[in-house]
Amino acid sequence: MPSITSTTPPCGNLPTHTDTTIYQFINCRLVRRGRIVKDDFWVRGGKILNPEPVFYVEKLQADVKVIPRIKKTPGGPGGASILGVHVEGPFISPAKKGAHPLQYLEGVEEGMSKVLDVYGSIDNIAKITIAPELPGAQEVIRHLSSRGIVVSVGESTISEFHHRDPGLVGLLTSRLISHPVHYGIISDGIHTHPAALRIAHRAHPQGIVLVTDAMAAMGLGDGVHQIGQMKVLVEGRKARLVDFDTLAGSVVTMDDCVRHFINGAGVSLVEAIDAATLHPARVMGIDHLKGTLEYGTDADFVLVLDKGPLKVLNTFIAGECVYSASDAPNLTFTQKSPSDI
Amino acid sequence: MRLVILEDSERVAEWAARYVIKRINDFQPGPDKYFVLGLPTGSTPEGTYKKLVQYHMAGKISFKYVKTFNMDEYVGIPRDHVQSYHTFMWESLFKHIDINPVNVHILNGNAEDLEQECLSYEKKIVEAGGIELFIGGIGPDGHIAFNEPGSSLVSRTRVKTLNQETITANARFFNNDISQVPKQALTVGVGTVMEAREVMVLITGSHKAYALHMAIEEGVNHMWTVSAFQQHKRTIMLCDEDATLELKVKTVKYFRSCIPTPPCDEFAETEFGPDGGVPVVL
Repeated sequence: MPSITSTTPPCGNLPTHTDTTIYQFINCRLVRRGRIVKDDFWVRGGKILNPEPVFYVEKLQADVKVIPRIKKTPGGPGGASILGVHVEGPFISPAKKGAHPLQYLEGVEEGMSKVLDVYGSIDNIAKITIAPELPGAQEVIRHLSSRGIVVSVGESTISEFHHRDPGLVGLLTSRLISHPVHYGIISDGIHTHPAALRIAHRAHPQGIVLVTDAMAAMGLGDGVHQIGQMKVLVEGRKARLVDFDTLAGSVVTMDDCVRHFINGAGVSLVEAIDAATLHPARVMGIDHLKGTLEYGTDADFVLVLDKGPLKVLNTFIAGECVYSASDAPNLTFTQKSPSDI
Repeated sequence: MRLVILEDSERVAEWAARYVIKRINDFQPGPDKYFVLGLPTGSTPEGTYKKLVQYHMAGKISFKYVKTFNMDEYVGIPRDHVQSYHTFMWESLFKHIDINPVNVHILNGNAEDLEQECLSYEKKIVEAGGIELFIGGIGPDGHIAFNEPGSSLVSRTRVKTLNQETITANARFFNNDISQVPKQALTVGVGTVMEAREVMVLITGSHKAYALHMAIEEGVNHMWTVSAFQQHKRTIMLCDEDATLELKVKTVKYFRSCIPTPPCDEFAETEFGPDGGVPVVL
């Protein structure tokens, strides 16, 4: 993570927090108890906040509403213009779903209200993929076209294992162990073959913990780097000692591990995120404080783009924004005017 | 009384939401002039709340200058119990809109002095200037709020013991365990709702058809408490086709002919048309 040297707060002009400021992150998809739920996300005093008693008992509203979204932005010296977002799915025909998971596909029988329900707002959408054969799609497509939105009809480290001596791998399915076993896996596509990932995950999905095993060359890019006493050659995701053909740890990042775990092991987004958050927190026995989005736990979280690759946009620690990806859209927020307070 | 008959429950929800939005926006509420809205719970209004949330997100309606009073709440279950009406209102409406929590009123079924809670609720309604529009639903036995058959038609907000039929019916929400079902509730009275300047009652489904018949084709009767609204100056009964099954053809034809109701789904494309998109004006 880059150190913060500038005096500009890392998340744009998001106000610095005090212990009483209530933040409400609008319209999020949250990983909660093994499911993705659509909800808002509240934070106060560095802890995740249950908004219901705040509403009924304290009778308070959020001080700052954060709307993480991609806005249409004109280009400039800072970067290319954003013409809007291309949203693909969930209005895709089950017969031609391509890589889209079947369980997330939706119909559009209910028309535009369904589209708005799924996307929230379509103001910053430039292109939508919709299967035209879905019932109700024609009407929706006509409406979208009339609003100038392009409609695309789219395309639609495991040790040795022996059958008489299963070794450590045998622990994954052992009947002799009553408490849960956890195991770490570097899911970088180099250290662990995708087949091994799948075997491990299927044998014991609740125990898997994604680890990066990254060393100091991580983030330095391709080339030869002097790390301690070793010369390390980094090529893409692979790092090896220059003088021997030996892997020299990894240069993968956690978000990359999550991505590769989803792709390599074919697990769901929720399982992959749990493997990077909840499971390691359980290993450390701190899952009442970290690794979940439960009320009252530490407000350490990342905002990621959940459409397409899981790109990390912003990182928050104890409710404070500490990192923004260089190309992350600005967090837009509204602050209550004094007359509202 | 107006009887508005729409094709199905979806259109009833759409119509009701548009009507609420039109009434609030026409009222032009502001810091010195709040719109006071009475709200029900239950499966019938759920669709209406969903539409209101959608229109709120689309920027068509703000609840910043709206005060709400809910009809009823169970006695003795925690506020955040999954079946409490506080939870229902939070999940289906309040968490999604810009209403200020100080303007939200729901009877407290855990108050130490329940009688006092009811009295002060009535007082708060008066202080808010009375209810501009009370939305209601009805039960298959024609009850409005928890004013079950036999309730006084001039009743005020009070503690009400639920009848065995209601308790049995509600057991499905409490793990089918009758012992967990609250036996009492706090509810506004028929008289309280009668004082609202306008009342809109939502009735959908064939299981409500007999209740609708008793409500509008027979006399005022405390065994069908919603029939009291025959004597209200400004009441809309908003129903779907299924709910008209027990009505006389004559009744249906009369209300159909005097109030033209263009199909609600036409407005899906035009979004908010002229007149706020509400297809019917009195």
